[in-house]
Amino acid sequence: MNKLDKKDDVETTGHVWDGIEELDNPMPRWWVWVFYLTIIWAVGYSIAYPAWPLINGATAGLLGYSTRGEVAEDIARLDASNAEVLARLATADLTVIRDDAELHTFAVNAGGSIFAANCSQCHGRGAAGVQAGGYPNLLDDDWLWGGDIEQIAYTVTHGIRNEQSLDSHYSLMPAFGADEILTNDEIDAIVQHVLSISGQDHDAVLAGVGSTLFLDNCASCHGEAGTGMQEIGAPNLSDAIWLYGGDTDTILTTIQNARFGVMPAWSEEFRGASGLSLAEINAIATYVHQLGSAQ
Amino acid sequence: MTSTDNKPLYAKREPVFPRKVKGKFRSLKWGIMILTLGIYYLAPWIRWDRGAELPDQAVLVDLASRRFFFFWIEIWPHEFYFIAGLLIMAGLGLFLFTSAMGRVWCGYTCPQTVWTDLFIATERWIEGDRNARVRLWNAKWDIRKLRLRTTKFAVWLVIGLATGGAWVFYFTDAPTLLVNLINGTAHTVAYSTMAMLTVSTVFFGGIAREQICIYACPWPRIQAAMMDEDTITIGYRSWRGEPRKHSDAITKESPQGDCIDCMACVNVCPVGIDIRDGQQMECITCGLCIDACDDIMAKIGKPRGLIDYLSLDDEDAERKGLPTKRVWQHILRPRTLIYSSLWSIVGMGLMVALFIQSDIDMTVAAVRNPTYVVLSDGTIRNVYEIRLRNKHGETRPFELSVTSDAALQIDVQGQASGDDIVNVPADSTHLVRVFVSAAAQIPASTDDRTPMRFWVVDTINDDRAHDDTYFNGTGGT
Repeated sequence: MNKLDKKDDVETTGHVWDGIEELDNPMPRWWVWVFYLTIIWAVGYSIAYPAWPLINGATAGLLGYSTRGEVAEDIARLDASNAEVLARLATADLTVIRDDAELHTFAVNAGGSIFAANCSQCHGRGAAGVQAGGYPNLLDDDWLWGGDIEQIAYTVTHGIRNEQSLDSHYSLMPAFGADEILTNDEIDAIVQHVLSISGQDHDAVLAGVGSTLFLDNCASCHGEAGTGMQEIGAPNLSDAIWLYGGDTDTILTTIQNARFGVMPAWSEEFRGASGLSLAEINAIATYVHQLGSAQ
Repeated sequence: MTSTDNKPLYAKREPVFPRKVKGKFRSLKWGIMILTLGIYYLAPWIRWDRGAELPDQAVLVDLASRRFFFFWIEIWPHEFYFIAGLLIMAGLGLFLFTSAMGRVWCGYTCPQTVWTDLFIATERWIEGDRNARVRLWNAKWDIRKLRLRTTKFAVWLVIGLATGGAWVFYFTDAPTLLVNLINGTAHTVAYSTMAMLTVSTVFFGGIAREQICIYACPWPRIQAAMMDEDTITIGYRSWRGEPRKHSDAITKESPQGDCIDCMACVNVCPVGIDIRDGQQMECITCGLCIDACDDIMAKIGKPRGLIDYLSLDDEDAERKGLPTKRVWQHILRPRTLIYSSLWSIVGMGLMVALFIQSDIDMTVAAVRNPTYVVLSDGTIRNVYEIRLRNKHGETRPFELSVTSDAALQIDVQGQASGDDIVNVPADSTHLVRVFVSAAAQIPASTDDRTPMRFWVVDTINDDRAHDDTYFNGTGGT
């Protein structure tokens, strides 16, 4: 049905809108050539690069390119460029890392990433632990098993109360109530004594009774003044920091049933491939050490 | 006047062969070309001593370490507002100059104009003046044409290479780079940038020329909004020149005007227009037609200025025999005064910013995960990550302190209590972790928030900077 436009001598498409006809001019030559070029390019591209979908995957392409391979190359390159500083970190004396600005910066940054991936699940992204939830705050100055950098590295390596490492920190508090070592009245009295040594409101008469019971039953680990003993992970009961909570009910529950907090041994020696290398542990120790009040 | 007939959408370029011209505007343009190209080519080679640890290049854009050096000024990325301010000033300056004097930027100082001028001068030097170039253009290809064209492009490439070369010298130590470029050890980016700029310079200045101004540059299209009847621009006194020689309009009542239709103004025009047609978008007001016409007027014993700098108002007034305005009356108008004051306000703002710009600075980021930490003696502690900036060319001891209504105690991570001096390396930002604590007895430990201010003092010259933040207490819990 196409007809010639009289004025321009060009065929029309036959479309008419409000009396306006559409001319059917050919595409510009350069456009057509670019179009053909893209087709030729596409053929070459699909041979050189991964293109055609198959049942399992796709054609690999002559150049053997893959985005996954590119990422692997990037990671390998990064590993190679970090190899030297990681080797230095693995053999470094932890106490002097701080004096080497470059090594220290690397350790803090690497340690921060490793911490986020492996430790933050329990200790929190900001390392504040879970208040009164049994996950220690790593920012404060109260350390159950010692807070100098080497002790931190040891704790990360071997963990606490686990079966993976024979050298993990280990200690056991008796369940004074559940195992019927003490009566409920005696436990109440000890609770009042613990409240008194930590400077909280308490019943002075009961606390007096409790102080004798404390000396007999608790002081062997927590010390006569209740200041704890880091060698066996016995917490300081006289300060403001409580791992599970410092109110009357929580202290009562703790004495009744005892606590048994655990932490995995993170060294690859005990965990295999999912474990951390010596350099990584040193990085975490450095990171945690600079967070707050480590000694 | 712009023609209203149906022009085709595509116009093939009419080659332009500007003839050589002498005169005061041509001399001014030579002077400006020497000045601007001189600045461009020589600036990277000026040295400026900033101490042992900083580069000694006066003008340097150090992208790798994110520093911009300009003589005694050093700009860090966070001070990028200086660049924004300069761009605003450049924009307002362009408005000001355009409303006062038309496209004076285009005619004299625009890089496209300056380089085109240089390329045309080179072409004229190799291929001869206008007539010789027209002949060569029309000539069949032979050894002579090939030789001239090859020589021309070779010289153009050298100019292009020097242009691209000068550009890369702004981004790294120029003498070192020159040696590296010559012995082939410079970075690939340097070579590729130079290659790109060489090609684009030859293309823009040698081949595309006026087409860039007419088709690629947005500025000519914006001009119209900036110019008015008072703007001093280049015009043709048609009341004096018309009817020109050979015109059918010459009669007894209207004898021939001063224009002898010698085409001198057309032949020298670098954009290939006839200024006698009136104001045109293509005109870059380079003033060469004035020089050409003045020369002819002198030869035929007529007063100069048939083509001249004048405003549309003046042309009209002259035609009617009315007095024309003085130059200052054209320039001092509310419009130009507003542009000038805006320009000066931004300029003064930048000057003030530059003067109060400190060589020492800090930003404080409060660590809010967790918001506070309880220590074993009940002390409440907040942690802050402080970035200290030292713009000096040497390591400086900075002392940190905190002021607040509450008795807050400051400690720098890894340093003994009471040692609040941090050594910040030369020309760098240093991150320190700072602990601020409130004893259990004071209200700040239980209040929700206590305002506080960090101070950093350069212990050598007592420069100081501060940043306000809050100390978080337990909030009563």
